[in-house]
Amino acid sequence: MSEHQPVEGKIFTLPFMFLGVLAAIGLYFLGVRFIDGMGAVANINSGYPWGIWVVYDVVVGTALACGGYALAFVIYVLNKGKYHPLIRPAILASLFGYALGGFGAFFDMGRYWQFYNIAMPSNWNFNSVMLEVGLCVITYIFVLFIEFAPTVLETIGAKKALRWLNKVLFFFIALGVLLPTMHQSSLGSLLIIMGAKVHPLWQSLQWLPLMALLSALTMGFSIVIFEASFSAVGFNRRPETPLLARLSKAIIWLISVFLIVRLTELVLRDKLGFVFAGDLAGNMFLLELALFVFPLLVMLFRGRRDNARLLLLAAVSLLFGGALYRFNAFLITYDPGPGYSYFPSVPEIMVTVGIVAIEIMAYLVFVKKLPVLHSAEHA
Amino acid sequence: MKRRDFIKAAAGGAAALCGAGSVEARPNKEPLENAVGILYDATLCVGCKACVRACKEINDLPPVTQGEEVQYDASRGVTGATYNVIKVYKNGTSEVKDREIDGFSFAKKSCMHCVDPGCVSSCPVSAMTKHPVTGIVQYNPDTCIGCRNCMVACPFNIPQYEFHDPRGQIQKCFFCNQAGVDRISQGLLPGCVDVCPTGATLFGTRKDLLAEAKRRLAAKPGETLTYPRGRVTDQVHTHEKAAPEYQQHIYGEHEVGGTQVMHIAGVPLKKLGMPELPERSYASIAEGVQHTLYKGMIAPAIALAGLAYVVKRNTSQSDQDDE
Ligand code: SF4
Ligand code: SF4
Ligand code: SF4
Repeated sequence: MSEHQPVEGKIFTLPFMFLGVLAAIGLYFLGVRFIDGMGAVANINSGYPWGIWVVYDVVVGTALACGGYALAFVIYVLNKGKYHPLIRPAILASLFGYALGGFGAFFDMGRYWQFYNIAMPSNWNFNSVMLEVGLCVITYIFVLFIEFAPTVLETIGAKKALRWLNKVLFFFIALGVLLPTMHQSSLGSLLIIMGAKVHPLWQSLQWLPLMALLSALTMGFSIVIFEASFSAVGFNRRPETPLLARLSKAIIWLISVFLIVRLTELVLRDKLGFVFAGDLAGNMFLLELALFVFPLLVMLFRGRRDNARLLLLAAVSLLFGGALYRFNAFLITYDPGPGYSYFPSVPEIMVTVGIVAIEIMAYLVFVKKLPVLHSAEHA
Repeated sequence: MKRRDFIKAAAGGAAALCGAGSVEARPNKEPLENAVGILYDATLCVGCKACVRACKEINDLPPVTQGEEVQYDASRGVTGATYNVIKVYKNGTSEVKDREIDGFSFAKKSCMHCVDPGCVSSCPVSAMTKHPVTGIVQYNPDTCIGCRNCMVACPFNIPQYEFHDPRGQIQKCFFCNQAGVDRISQGLLPGCVDVCPTGATLFGTRKDLLAEAKRRLAAKPGETLTYPRGRVTDQVHTHEKAAPEYQQHIYGEHEVGGTQVMHIAGVPLKKLGMPELPERSYASIAEGVQHTLYKGMIAPAIALAGLAYVVKRNTSQSDQDDE
């Protein structure tokens, strides 16, 4: 018998309808983008060619979708089977996060009708970080499909296919650990070539891939805690706090290493002065730092991390910290020189909001129709 | 899982990642032997903007209009329809040309045709390429996917995506040598050089232009200098003029590994809108990291093999537990 069960309940609830409206608005502006060009919807310009569609939908969005990656690593590589109840919802959330990141990348492409060119080996430029990110993300979306397939096969009762898939699944799980390691670090490397446009506090050159990877992993674990705590509240399920509290030990290590690397780089390259400059960049850095240190202070202490609410807060703080790290580097403190400015337009924001709404709607449909969440008796 | 297995599994990936902290980037690319270029001498520029107009005509770019009036020179920066602009620097009373304080100067903005270009290095589909002989940075709209990485990777904000066209492409100066224009291949001068009345925009090989720039900077202010027009090697179309007081800086000699379009001026080039940049090209650092991690895909392949082994062991173990 399966340990996982669909959540009971209607699909068309009020919040679901509200999300539907947001999705419709987003899709409308997306239509405008395809008919009149990106400039008709988004405020991106020659100084800021990448706006929130790239930075939120792809760079931050896929990092938020690292739950499946982080858990797969713990369960299958470190062999901690006890986290198994968390894996299915995490894989599902990752699948949606990445699929929509891929979709976001697609509609952000200025020449989307030629997007297939990135799959043609004759065009490949192996010097390009973007090539690695593009190919790796596309492949990972397929891998996530396969990792999620057992849930679907189980529902429709395709026993034979399930048995066959289970034989080769290990290979895809391994790929599912390797690919995010590659492209999440590369998302950091993207910043290297932007050179002096990236503020020194974020332009860490060779150190960027490591920092991007570490912070993506912390975000992956945090989203697992967040989703589990949230569906415990939202669907009235028993919380899995003891399990989550143990997970937070892994996060302690990750945050610590991240912070050590981040600060060491600043010291070695003599950039500490920027931190206390009192300007936007310095203050943003301090805010980012606080968002990383707060969860550390929660998770380090037993009494605190066993408190479901504090733990949720810590996870949220970490998610904001990781997101802010990316936003700061790519947009907020990004400076192409005098004469350029960028703030997303309302339609541009609505597209991103619409995409997120679709993601949440799809997640809700799936957990209500498929055996995704761990059944309460087994938890 | 035993610690030993984990170390085995992680070895590939970990080695690759730890390497990231300490990799030696490849050195900057060297200028090509016969690289062509432009030397823009702001002290010779009279601000007539003939070059802006010629650039538009030759490249079939629509003029900027203001109301009913057609204005070839009205664009304030490079855009999808303007590859080349001449800007004005003014300070205080703007009395004297080529003086920083209370003076004025002209400045040019167009693609620098970098020796080690970020746009070329970052383009995933090789739509931006550097010509192997001339070093001209060219573009193929048929492969470009419009990701705009070239734009963020250009230290000079040169590549322009046509944001208001649903089928927009990247636009920039292709040195008047893109298919259909082919001026350099035919032995002609780039449009902007051809029409420049004073030789402020001068064509030649990068090597010759660099030597010429050094000759000018070495002259004493007031000393009579012979200035060629059109081609740097042209000894017929020349004029003589007292040397101005040059800033001792050839912009593009070293910046991000050097550029094929270089600027000299009487006003600090930073004031003329040229960003201060290090000698090391960012492309070389980015590629160094990328190739250390992914050389021949060896590290990823080892990591995958190790991971597959460990995952298989761990999953079959838990299958047994289930039974
Ligand atoms: S100036 Fe910019 S667009 Fe021109 S070659 Fe250099 S990096 Fe490329
Ligand atoms: S926008 Fe086009 S030319 Fe520029 S990097 Fe992307 S694919 Fe290459
Ligand atoms: S070389 Fe040609 S395209 Fe480039 S600025 Fe001069 S006229 Fe324009």
